[in-house]
Amino acid sequence: MKDSSQKETGCKGNAPRGETLGDALRRQGVSRRSFMKYCATAVSMMALPPSMIPLVAEALEKARRPSVIWLSFQECTGCVESLTRAHTGTIESLIFDAVSLDYQHTLQAAAGHQAEAAREAAMEENYGNYLLVVDGSIPLGNPGYSTIAGISNLDMLNDVAKGAAAIIAVGTCSTYGGIPHAKPNPTGAVSVNDIITDKPIVNVPGCPPIPVVITGVLTHFLTFGVLPELDHLGRPVAFYGQSIHDRCYRRPFYDKGLFAESFDDEGAKKGWCLFKLGCKGPTTYNACATTKWNDGTSFPIEAGHPCIGCSEPDFWDGGGFYRALSMPTENIAKTAVYTAAGAAAAGVAMGALNRAKKKAVSKAHIKITIDDLET
Amino acid sequence: MTEIELLSWARGPGLQIATVIFVAGVVIRIFEILMLGRKANLAEAKGSEMLSGLKTVFSRTIPDRSTFKRSSITITAGYIFHLGLFITFFLYTPHILLIKDVIGFGWPALPTPLIDAFAVVTIITLLVVLVNRLSNKSMRFLTGFEDILTWLLTLLPLLTGYLAFHRIGFTAPTLLAMHILSVEVLLIVFPFTKLMHAFTLFLARWYNGAIAGYKGVAS
Repeated sequence: MKDSSQKETGCKGNAPRGETLGDALRRQGVSRRSFMKYCATAVSMMALPPSMIPLVAEALEKARRPSVIWLSFQECTGCVESLTRAHTGTIESLIFDAVSLDYQHTLQAAAGHQAEAAREAAMEENYGNYLLVVDGSIPLGNPGYSTIAGISNLDMLNDVAKGAAAIIAVGTCSTYGGIPHAKPNPTGAVSVNDIITDKPIVNVPGCPPIPVVITGVLTHFLTFGVLPELDHLGRPVAFYGQSIHDRCYRRPFYDKGLFAESFDDEGAKKGWCLFKLGCKGPTTYNACATTKWNDGTSFPIEAGHPCIGCSEPDFWDGGGFYRALSMPTENIAKTAVYTAAGAAAAGVAMGALNRAKKKAVSKAHIKITIDDLET
Repeated sequence: MTEIELLSWARGPGLQIATVIFVAGVVIRIFEILMLGRKANLAEAKGSEMLSGLKTVFSRTIPDRSTFKRSSITITAGYIFHLGLFITFFLYTPHILLIKDVIGFGWPALPTPLIDAFAVVTIITLLVVLVNRLSNKSMRFLTGFEDILTWLLTLLPLLTGYLAFHRIGFTAPTLLAMHILSVEVLLIVFPFTKLMHAFTLFLARWYNGAIAGYKGVAS
């Protein structure tokens, strides 16, 4: 972040370029104890052995602040809100302050051509080494649907991705297209990995993603210099390795077959499973049930609302947030009734044809008598 | 296609296609059978066709003693897996939600662990049915491709359902999609194979009973 904008984001003091993360944290008054606590959390989140805690701490201490360019395309800024606002003042946000965030529309003070100049300068200075973070989808329908400084999202992504060491796609829009990609997808929105195929990409989906998951990926990169292990959808296994359902504290109720039937019935009050109310937890992979939200306060299911499956592709088009997973997404009753009516008519017609055929055959039947055979 | 797209397809267009083929196939076949008609019986009726027919629809549910002695495994295993299929399909909460969504009303479910146990028993019984079939010389001789196909298509929904519930082998959306697709394949093949017995069974029983009733003999 440029000096002028650091005041805006609440970052205390100056952050020299060559400064290590350890220096930055000390400068900002983070105690050794809370730093080690963060390292322990990060290690357990990434499913690493406890013996890694001192190594992670040491690596983080020495890590130089990498340049980060954050591009926001067709998005709602919810992902940035999630990262910056919900955890203000925590160690995670300090870790994030400890990267050199050189370009970010919402957070930077510079605007217009000065902002673009900052991006270009950061790209030139750190070519091949900077991290590119993207939130929002990219419209392919018409370049004019979404532009920044007169540059289409597609052109900007292609341009900035060229010099990036790696790309972190934050939020469901940049990972799978998100709400702009939802049917009928008027802008022809696509995800980052639909366009960029020659760079390592980490998908951090969620609407928005959990802040600690975003910082966890950064921590991994700062600690090991490589991106974390990913699943088949490009998501870090450490955070997206288990489904909400498998880690849900209401799971015993599902197993017992105890469900809330409505949002205000006895079952809902007793905290029973929300499957019948449309919970997508069984098919959603995310860390909500373990890390939770708002500094570990709770997560949607704990607040009494079914999981909407926001970290899975096309969750907007899953047939409705309040329809249970076992319910069809189309009107099957209508299909069945129309088909039955048509088929009944067809059945009668075919039956009639069979009868007519039978009648015609018996009519055409020539009786042969003994006399005929003798002649 | 991602696994979630596959699941959405299975829950939507896939189910619609399967429903059209299933409903059209079953209805056309039943109407064709009903319209075949019967030759007028010129003999004098010695009893009621309807009453004997209806009675037989239920009475044939219980096998007679000599038949049972001859093929006790076939009959016992047959009963168990049919009941198991019925229970796992009609008395499991997510299935009832599906049925309620289609026909407008539902009914109470059995506790999930019980359904789980029934699924295991049904799967094992289906295996017993196959082994029994293939280990008997004359039954093996009578076994054709369709028998194996219908056996497999009956087993798959149970097996994939069990795997999906216990989340074994694949990711949850893939397992659920596989389960739904296996049922859709069953629905599509249903009208064209011996699986049609689920509907024609009652017609056949009634007809047998009616013939006996007309003649004034026990069916």
